[in-house]
Amino acid sequence: MPYRLNVMLCTGTGCVSNGAFNLLEAFKTEIRKHELHEEVAVIPTGCNGFCAVGPLVVVQPDEIFYQKLRVEDVPFLVQEHFLKGRPVKKFMYTPPETKEPIPIMSNIPFFGKQMLIALRNRGLIDPENIDEYIARDGYKGFTKAITMMTPKQVIDEVKASGLRGRGGGGFPTGLKWEVAFNTQSDEKFIIINCDEGDPGAFMDRSIVESDPHSVIEGVLIGAYALGVKQTYIYVRMEYPLALKRFYIAIEQAKEYGLLGQNILGKGMDLEIEVHRGAGAFICGEETALIRSIQGFAGEAQAKYIYPAQKGLNGKPTIINNVETWANIPQIILRGSNWFASIGTRGKNGDGGSTGTKVFSLVGKVNNTGLVEVPMGITLREIIYDIGGGIKNNKKFKSVQTGGPSGGFLPESLLDLPVDFDELLKAGAMMGSGGMVVVDEDNCMVDMARYFLDFVQSESCGKCIPCREGTKRMLDILERITYGQGTEDDLLKLEELSRLIVESSLCALGGTAPNPVLTTIKYFREEYEAHVKNKKCPAHTCKSLITYTIDSKICIEKGHGCGVCRKNCPQTAITGEIKKEHRIDPTKCDKCGICFDVCKFDAIYVD
Amino acid sequence: MPKLTIEELDKLREKAVAKLRLRESGENRGKVTIHLGTCGIAAGGRQVLTALLVEVEKLGIKDITVTTAGCAGLCSREPMATVELFGQAPVKYVDLTADKIKKILAEHVVNGKTVKDYALAIGSERVG
Repeated sequence: MPYRLNVMLCTGTGCVSNGAFNLLEAFKTEIRKHELHEEVAVIPTGCNGFCAVGPLVVVQPDEIFYQKLRVEDVPFLVQEHFLKGRPVKKFMYTPPETKEPIPIMSNIPFFGKQMLIALRNRGLIDPENIDEYIARDGYKGFTKAITMMTPKQVIDEVKASGLRGRGGGGFPTGLKWEVAFNTQSDEKFIIINCDEGDPGAFMDRSIVESDPHSVIEGVLIGAYALGVKQTYIYVRMEYPLALKRFYIAIEQAKEYGLLGQNILGKGMDLEIEVHRGAGAFICGEETALIRSIQGFAGEAQAKYIYPAQKGLNGKPTIINNVETWANIPQIILRGSNWFASIGTRGKNGDGGSTGTKVFSLVGKVNNTGLVEVPMGITLREIIYDIGGGIKNNKKFKSVQTGGPSGGFLPESLLDLPVDFDELLKAGAMMGSGGMVVVDEDNCMVDMARYFLDFVQSESCGKCIPCREGTKRMLDILERITYGQGTEDDLLKLEELSRLIVESSLCALGGTAPNPVLTTIKYFREEYEAHVKNKKCPAHTCKSLITYTIDSKICIEKGHGCGVCRKNCPQTAITGEIKKEHRIDPTKCDKCGICFDVCKFDAIYVD
Repeated sequence: MPKLTIEELDKLREKAVAKLRLRESGENRGKVTIHLGTCGIAAGGRQVLTALLVEVEKLGIKDITVTTAGCAGLCSREPMATVELFGQAPVKYVDLTADKIKKILAEHVVNGKTVKDYALAIGSERVG
């Protein structure tokens, strides 16, 4: 008997950390209890994308979307919906504006504006079942390539698609392949880059978790085009679920003869070896990644020669990131024209950014999660239409694109179309697709300090500008947030930035000052408030703020209730019930608890 | 010998596609709803549903959704089913059995001819 319902349960890392595996067991138990197990199948999927409301399920064929499920909700849900056919409203997504539940997934605005290529199978298949991938046209792109195309034609097709590397740099993928193709060598290699270390970024992890075969198929196509027999995937150890699913996928592909010797009887051999990284930001950089695979410390090297010419073991090596590989099967299957028709095109038809991009949308937006959108969509559409606007009705301040080496863009640039070139022009970058939204409560100097602290700790230390320069910049930024900055410091920051950008060996140093440069460019007044007036306008930098009790409001409205005094961990507040309360500035740790607990708004921060 | 040839991979795909069809919100010609309120279940609605699902697979019908819903209101005539073909008025069938639903599937869903003997009403309900 065929199933009448498929319960697609998200088991991406986000939902798993919210208890998705317990939910899976609960569903199975409950469905069996009602003897529905022959009619209703529960299928664990990879990340569905809408991480903000996880754990979540989508019930097919009606596409009913349930959110924030707990184990104790399962019996009711199974009985009402699966047994009696009554979808349960209280578990549905309910937008705060309308308060009207939206039953169907595709009617939820978060999903409406997305366009899926790299994530085409997300939430639709069990990532641990190769048959389900095959059912969704899996390995069809590869069979097309080996039966109907020459290696040169495959490379030309990738070139014509305009696909640019999704790892950050945006280098044209076809061109990279062509360089390796034209380099004579007895052996060539492919590396799948699944090392992502940007704070708040999880695109590659999600792709491997939800659709590992799309990556394997992309690599098969690349290996066919370049005559590669040995490939490596570099996954950081912090991604256990991605690793597990990739191992399973490799085993299944081997079983079917899609990896190993004489693939599909076409005489092609290919092995994929999993290399587990220790989780260093720098190891996402091509040359450092190669060093790491070879067993050395992950240090960047100057790219006088491309790895595509001389990489791993001195042989031509193609390194592409997970998202890039996941795009390849669709480009071959559906053709370069289809892919190139999506996204933006530069002048004279070249350049530009074709296809889609996966972003991890995090920070102060309502709908955090993983989104895939066509290139050229505006930041506003991503943040407001898909992201559902800013949390707690706060005011938007800035969005950082491209991770620690990206830049902060202000409200005036919200209508900027998102593609590689436009972002670069604005001082930010695409990076691997991290997108962090910042609201009025965040201090931009402090944000720059945070990201510089990150790159400073993650610098491999090989070249002096990056190792010492970022340290000096961090010192200055810390001084400014402590209220000890001078106007001279701004000039020094800009000078150091220029120097580091120009003289660093690799892109980590070359882009590290971006958060500082863009915050100075777009939020200069905040820096000036810190150095000139010794004030932090966002009230974040502890050294620059004071908490004071308005004695009039405290007595008239709150009657000296004393809640602040009881909650102060520093015992910095003195006073008696019905009498005026005071904060001792020498004792105050500026934790803000008094401000949060006061019901009468008698405490103000300056 | 290769483990799998391209032809075998294609066959495998065809088989797997049928299993996944449920999840694709593709072009559907219509929908058969079995009413499974407490009354429907007590009257044997589940058996009717099972028979329908088996038959749909047997006949290889791909463009029809089989779904369930709650009580349709007329508890004394359960098990009930509603057949909705795109562009036509929905038809409610009552007092169903496994054999009756098979006949409805063959005559109404496949051939487009309402089985008048089992039908309660055609397009009789209004919403709003």
